[in-house]
Amino acid sequence: MGKVLTITSGKGGVGKTTTTANIGAALAGLGKKVVCIDADIGLRNLDLVLGLENRIVYDLVDVVEGRCRLRQAMIRDKRLPELYLIPAAQTRDKTAVSPSDMVEICDELRREFDWVLIDSPAGIERGFRNAIAPADEVVVVTNPEVSSVRDADRIIGLIEAEEKGPARLIINRLDPRMVRSGDMLSVEDVVELLAIELLGVIPEDESIVINTNRGMPVVLNPKSKAGQAFHNIARRLLGEKVPFMPIEEESGGLRKLLGRWLRGG
Amino acid sequence: MGWFERLTGRERSAKKAKDRLRLVLIHDRTDLPPARLEALKDELIAVISRYVEIEPQAVEIQLSQDGREQYLVANIPLKSPGRRRS
Ligand SMILES: Nc1ncnc2c1ncn2[C@@H]1O[C@H](COP(=O)(O)OP(=O)(O)O)[C@@H](O)[C@H]1O
Ligand SMILES: [Mg+2]
Repeated sequence: MGKVLTITSGKGGVGKTTTTANIGAALAGLGKKVVCIDADIGLRNLDLVLGLENRIVYDLVDVVEGRCRLRQAMIRDKRLPELYLIPAAQTRDKTAVSPSDMVEICDELRREFDWVLIDSPAGIERGFRNAIAPADEVVVVTNPEVSSVRDADRIIGLIEAEEKGPARLIINRLDPRMVRSGDMLSVEDVVELLAIELLGVIPEDESIVINTNRGMPVVLNPKSKAGQAFHNIARRLLGEKVPFMPIEEESGGLRKLLGRWLRGG
Repeated sequence: MGWFERLTGRERSAKKAKDRLRLVLIHDRTDLPPARLEALKDELIAVISRYVEIEPQAVEIQLSQDGREQYLVANIPLKSPGRRRS
């Protein structure tokens, strides 16, 4: 039986869709059979991030309303052995799907796939409830920034209230340089404030922008730091103990000089 | 205080963010804004005073947390017997 993993956040634009695409691609790269569902109905995006936008025939709402079978709405990503997408409808809204529809669909998918990933819309309303109703595990994505941490806290509380917790945390867009200079919340700060288990940290990385432009998940680029971080998250999801990468920082000139001086060298 | 604070007299913005978030999250989680907490304190003092003499000005009540568990912690000093008759 496969697992249903929902990726959610509270605040929009923190990296849920990017995270879903990359964890999906990383798990598929590790030999798992994976399907990603875009639950952001009306604001379809996962297709574009995965580079599958030209192959959509049917969508999630077509499945729910019986215009096609579940299998017909799945698009296979040809770059990876077993990665599929079920796209969101673009011209409908969140009320076209109910939490029980999602549970039914995921029960069917669980039988065939190792992982069912759900990309949740922002917010705390219907779309969020649709996305977490079928979840076995929930991941909350946040940025190291005040509004996104506050909204993450609210979502974590709602996940607990729905008895889907404890959620695990992904901190995205961490800029080590700013953390070092004391102008960005650190990993430790965010984990202490939210008091949930950390699943991974993704650095701010321009390769995400470049790869997203191309419709290619960044995990397919072995040189990308963010890609490596997503890969590590996928391995942790599979139960491996992967040490957290030191958020390794390029030491600036002054710091190096000071360091040498302090060490007496 | 780090070297930056000492040198500039200004607090680093990350520290400021963390302190502000810490406070706001406590109240978000309990849905108990500071003004309601004050009202709760006044009522609590009134009720307890019906049973035992306390020092109303010394009563402290605050929200505290352990992980994601929230606690209402009250510190209610009783009037000491020695001072009772004074
Ligand atoms: N680690 C990162 N470094 C740089 N850009 C990022 C990173 N994560 C996300 N982005 C960019 O941020 C934007 C929002 O990301 P997205 O995944 O669409 O968020 P959400 O689905 O939560 O709304 C996108 O343009 C994406 O490319
Ligand atoms: Mg999105």
